[in-house]
Order: sequence, then C-alpha cells, then structure tokens
Amino acid sequence: MLDFIDQGILIGVVATGIRLATPYLLAALGEMLSQRAGVFNLGLEGIMLMGAFAGFYLTFVSQSPMLGLLAAILVGALMGLLMAFVSVTLQAEQGISGIGLSMLGWGLSGLFFRLYVDGIQTIAGLKPWKLPFLSEIPLLGMMFFNHNVIVYFAFLLVPLFWFVLFRTTWGLSVRAVGMTPQAVDTLGVSVTGIRYQCLIIGGMMAGLAGATLTVANTHMFADNITAGRGFIAIALVYFGRWSPWGILAGSLLFSMADSFQLWVQVLGINFPYELAVMLPYMVTIIALMVSYGRVWPPAALGKPYERGVRG
Amino acid sequence: MRGRTIIVLMMALLGALLIGAVFILLAKSDPIRAYQVMLTGPFSSSFGITEVLVRTTPLLLTGLGIIISFRSGVLNIGGEGQILVGAIASAGIALTFPSLPMLILFPLVLLSGAIAGGIWGGIAGVLKAKLNVNEILSTVMLNQIAAQLYLLLIRGILIDPQEVTYGTGVPQTALVPQAVWMTRLIPGARFNTGFIMALVLAGLVYYLLMHTTVGYRLRAVGAGPAAARYAGINVPFYMSLSMVLAGALAGLAGTVEVLGVHHRALEDISSGYGFSAIVAALFGRLHPIGIIPASILFGALILGADMMQRAVSIPAAIVLVIQGFVILFVVASDYFIRRPELLNRWRSRWFRRSEEVS
Repeated sequence: MLDFIDQGILIGVVATGIRLATPYLLAALGEMLSQRAGVFNLGLEGIMLMGAFAGFYLTFVSQSPMLGLLAAILVGALMGLLMAFVSVTLQAEQGISGIGLSMLGWGLSGLFFRLYVDGIQTIAGLKPWKLPFLSEIPLLGMMFFNHNVIVYFAFLLVPLFWFVLFRTTWGLSVRAVGMTPQAVDTLGVSVTGIRYQCLIIGGMMAGLAGATLTVANTHMFADNITAGRGFIAIALVYFGRWSPWGILAGSLLFSMADSFQLWVQVLGINFPYELAVMLPYMVTIIALMVSYGRVWPPAALGKPYERGVRG
Repeated sequence: MRGRTIIVLMMALLGALLIGAVFILLAKSDPIRAYQVMLTGPFSSSFGITEVLVRTTPLLLTGLGIIISFRSGVLNIGGEGQILVGAIASAGIALTFPSLPMLILFPLVLLSGAIAGGIWGGIAGVLKAKLNVNEILSTVMLNQIAAQLYLLLIRGILIDPQEVTYGTGVPQTALVPQAVWMTRLIPGARFNTGFIMALVLAGLVYYLLMHTTVGYRLRAVGAGPAAARYAGINVPFYMSLSMVLAGALAGLAGTVEVLGVHHRALEDISSGYGFSAIVAALFGRLHPIGIIPASILFGALILGADMMQRAVSIPAAIVLVIQGFVILFVVASDYFIRRPELLNRWRSRWFRRSEEVS
C-alpha cells in the first residue's frame, strides 16, 4: 500500500506527533479558558515549569506517576491562584505580571531541582496503555490507540471544553465576562469569581501540561525543560481563534512538525541540529503572522474590571 | 509622591527577599548568614565593586532599551536574543576584518552590534505594528531562535581554529583583535569603558524620551495609540522605531560583553541579563535615570547570589525567584500607588479594630 515510505517510520512520525501534541493541547485549552474570561495569562511558561518539576519530583520520591500528576495539578492551581490575585484582585498589568510569574516558575523549579534532586535522575514514568480492540486495527491502532493515559485525556478534553463553553450556563458566563463584564456584573454574576475559576482551572491544565513533559515524555527534569512551550501554547490560542477545535488543529500541526524534526534527527538525515530546534519557533512566528486579520479576541481581554468604571 | 514610590519599591524588594528567606530555610540553611553574604559580599572588596559594575553594564544598556519599548507600549522581552545577536555580530565583524585600522574597526564593531540587535528587535516591532503580532510571544520566539543561531555560529563557522586544531572543541570564537578591546579602567579587574558608555547612553535616552519630539511621540504612542493616531502620529512607525532602538541598545550590551569582558563570543555569554534587565527597568519605574541605581542594585544581587552559592551552597537560581517576586510585587503595588486612599482606609480600619479590642 505505502511502499514508497517505510510503514514503521510513518507510524512513528504520527504516533510521536500525537504524543507531543498533549502538552500544547492541555496548556492551550486552559489558556483559552482564561482568555475567554478576559485574562491574558502570560505566566503559562512558569506554571508549566513548576508542574514539570512537581510531577517529576513526586514521581521520583513516591514511584507513583499518578501522584506526580496530581501534585502538578495542585501546584498549577496554586500558581493560577497567584496570577488571579495579582491580575484580577490587584488589577496589575497582565503582560508584566505574566513575565514575573514566568521568571518565578523558572527560578523556583531550577532552585528546587538543585536543592532536592541535583544531577540527572530518571523516573519510571507513565506506560502506554493499549486500548483494547482499537489498538488491534492495523496502522491506525499503533498511531492513535497506543499512548499513555494523559494523551487520551487531553484529546477528550477538546469536545468537553467545547460543550462546557458553548452549551452550559457557566460557559456562557465565562464568555460574557470576557466580552462585557459590566453586563454580567449587573446580572449578579461575579466577574471576579468567574475569572478566578478560569485562571485556576487554566493553571491546573498548565501544571498537568508541564508534568506531561517530565512524567510521560522524557522521564527526567532539566532546567528550563519547557523551552518556550508555554509561550507557543499561548500563540496556539490566537492561531486557534479561541476555539477548542482550532486549538486542536494548531496543536497537531505543531506537534507533527516537531515529530518530523525529531525523526529527521533519529534517521540521521544530515541537517544542522540547531536549525531543526529553531523550526517550531519560526513556525510559531509564521502562525502568528497568518492569524492577522482573522483575530477577534474577547473584547475585554487584558482589561482589569473595576466596578463603576466604564470599560 | 516620589517618597512614597521609593518606599513602595523598597517594600516590594523586602517582600521578595523575605519570601526568598523562606526558601533558604527550606534548604536547611541560615537565611541571615546567606543574605549577609549575598548583600554585603559584593561590596566588601574593591574587586567586588568592579565586578558589580561589570554586571551592571549589560543590565543598564538592555534596560534602557526595555524602557524605550515599554514606554512606547511595546512589552519587549526579547533582550536576551538581542544581546546574543549583538555579541555574535560584533565578534564576527572583528574577526573578519582584523587588519583594519583601529579607528575604523572599533566604530564598525560597535555599529554592527547595534545594527544586529536593532534588526532583531525591529522584526518584533514591525510584526506588531503591521500585522498585530503579539510582541511578547514574538520576542520569546526570537530569543529561542537567536540562542540556536548563536550556538550554530560559535560551534560552526566562527569557532576558534585552535579549538579545532587541539581537538578540544569548546564552542567559542577566537579572541577578537586587541585593537578593539575596551580599555580596562582598573588594573587586574574586568571593569571597562563599557560602563561609561552605558552611563552616557542613559543620559542620551533621557534626553531623547523627555526633551525631543521623537521621544514625545514614542511616549504618546505608549500612552494611547488611538489618541496618538488622531493627533497625526504615525503609530506603526514609532512602534517599530521603539523596538529598533531597544534592540540596538541590547545589541550594544552584547558588544560590550565581547569587547570589554570576555574578548570573544562564548557559550552562556548573556546568562539571563535580558530578563534581569526587565526587572531593573521596572524597578527604576521605567525612567532612564532611575534605572541606573536599579541596575547597580540588581547587578549586585546577581553577583551576591553567585557568592552565596559558593559560601553557603544555596543555588544561585534563587536570584531568579527573588526577581520574579519583585516584578509581581512592583506591578501589584501600582494598585496602591494609584489609590493612596486605600491604604488610609485600611489603616483606619485596623485602628478601629485595635480600639475595639482594647
């Protein structure tokens, strides 16, 4: 059928791409929720780093990846709470507080790593979980149904997020808070409350996204292991036009490019390593450029809400 | 107003240091002894002071650029990448034309650093001005691209031929010709004329921003792009210009690291100056003169953290944690600076409570 390309390589590229999409997907869906509620959480990178470390460390100590993931979600929630306090309650400039949160996460994860682990340690991590029957399908089974549990979870979240955002009262409130907070406030829905909820959920997702990198993908932690993925996830929210399906498409586009790049290296095709590493960042800039003109962000995005002041 | 601002800033720093102390305790170390090393160590010898100023210089240069861009409403966090392209361009030009007379080569090398940085910053500026590309995201991506480009060059075509001959393969360029080295001001120390250049540029940036039409227009674009557009200001042009200037200043910081400190481009040449400069700029309340003491302060903190790492083995990464909290506290404290009545209201509430208790 596919005799011009090795079937094994094709399966490898697609399966790796699906796996690599998970951190982007989780972080970007969470960021989408925050932005839909009108808060631009630029601290995503820092939250992911903290989640990456918490997940790694708890797994390292307890030998239980599930405990690691739980810790990452908890740490993410705390970081989201901090961002909410600074940007919602204290109405700080969201871009700058996000930079602060990113530096904080970068510093703290590096500090804890040196204090409590130090040196290269590997953990057992998550094992792939072959879905019964589905993984038996030739070709497709190995590509889509032979992954660790977070991968399935992340992809299931896409329709779930769509449903919550567009088919529930809470989702309507979230979208309204991001558009016209005054109107929502008049109806007795707490703008502050909704924004806190969204930032905390977004933080939990970013924490889990970070843990995916350490617990599921690499089985180790290194300083600044996210290498800008938090910011790429934010770019994906733009690229996906604040829609779960758009974000799914964007995440897959990115992770497939990423996977292709990895496989080029694995197969020993002669291509400068540094240029290959550069690729996803260049693709991000191009993705942001082509989003031009199609971007209609939530109207109140980035604006702190203050009662009695016209927005 | 000014007095209160300084008090709020000091409280922000103190708060960050206090939280840092908690982490030192977590590391089972004595925070008082650790901070003693960190805060007094850099100033306990004249060599220490020169090393503080060596770290101040890139913070000040990059921070001046951050001020121009932030004041123009562009949140530029691309200092790190701009420093790297400035450094590699200067080293590259200096190594390509070693036989040019010093009077031509030196300005050429400075200019190449500034131009390379300016182009790198300008990309993000033009993308924001023309295509509405979020500058925070684009500058982060440009940082990552610059880091890879820098590595590619110092591992590849610009690698020191000696490293190849001896087979050691340390990724660094050869020493740049001695003619372009910046003069060291104190024998035996790395402190050099780059610091003087940075101070002069601080004065120039102050004049540009506060006393020229261009500066006024830049600040107008930052204060409100819509209003600036109605006033007939070419908003996309000034947005782009702010990023070109910011990149050029950061590029010069890279040039000074090459010409004044290391005399070659080597791995980890910037070690986070691009990010610390944001903290210094915010701490100096985005004022071109205010950033001078702020960058000395953070230069000292960075050196102090290194000393602390050696003395009481607290990882120097703690300085990043402290800087992160400083940003959060400074940006949050604006809330109280904007609303002095809040502090008074809280104060009176506390007083009332304490009266009830007594």
